[in-house]
Amino acid sequence: MASALINVPPKAKRGDIIEIKTLMSHIMETGYRHTATGEVVPRNIITSFTCRFNGAEIFRADLFPAIAANPFMTFFTTATESGKFEFEWTGDQGFSEHASASITVE
Amino acid sequence: MQQPPNSSRRQFLGLAGGAAVAGALPTVTVRPAEATPATLASAIQSVTGGAAVRTGKVKLDIPPLVENGNTVPMTVTVAHPMAPEDHVRSIHVFNEKNPQPNIGNFHLGPHNGRAQVSTRIRLADSQKIVAIAKLSDGTFWSASVDVVVTLAACTEELI
Repeated sequence: MASALINVPPKAKRGDIIEIKTLMSHIMETGYRHTATGEVVPRNIITSFTCRFNGAEIFRADLFPAIAANPFMTFFTTATESGKFEFEWTGDQGFSEHASASITVE
Repeated sequence: MQQPPNSSRRQFLGLAGGAAVAGALPTVTVRPAEATPATLASAIQSVTGGAAVRTGKVKLDIPPLVENGNTVPMTVTVAHPMAPEDHVRSIHVFNEKNPQPNIGNFHLGPHNGRAQVSTRIRLADSQKIVAIAKLSDGTFWSASVDVVVTLAACTEELI
């Protein structure tokens, strides 16, 4: 079962630059490994991560097999207003996960 | 009053200044990845579209000696303001010897406030990592770090 860990400060002052940390559990199978019988293990990675704030995209990443298993991503944003961060991970084999976090800006 | 000597001195200084600037430029301008494998060069080319990539502004934080290449923490920071009219548009990270040259592309904007991204990556061998930042004015800046990996990722067999 896929699960996400999100770390967003619950409160911030207007104009503060806040750090957002995200972690999604995923095997990130590269597609370059072989089983003992020599068969290639098919690629299964998260290819795209997007963060939206109140509907507007604030961060997007294209991921490749060189990203370690359980992709961990941190980035920054400026707190402008209270609202909701929405996170979306999409990948191979129909992988699609969502998570959200709210922030109060004073 | 003595115009000719004065102007020649001025010319000389102008020329000397120009030569100094011309001399300083090549050290600032990076040769676009000469000694690196063709795949890395072509991956960088596909991002920059052939534009010149200069060293500077970008800081690539990654341990120089890595025990386990399966998960290597990495932070890219671009020392550049994030104003609406002048900001970092994207950060691209490449490697030299993994099966694929790309590691990740991170798309930013002025609302990010700070151009800094961290993640964990895989390294299949001791190699050079290159981070390139694209600014809103269309210029590209880069940094590279050589990393020694003792236990490589990607190579182990599954049972």
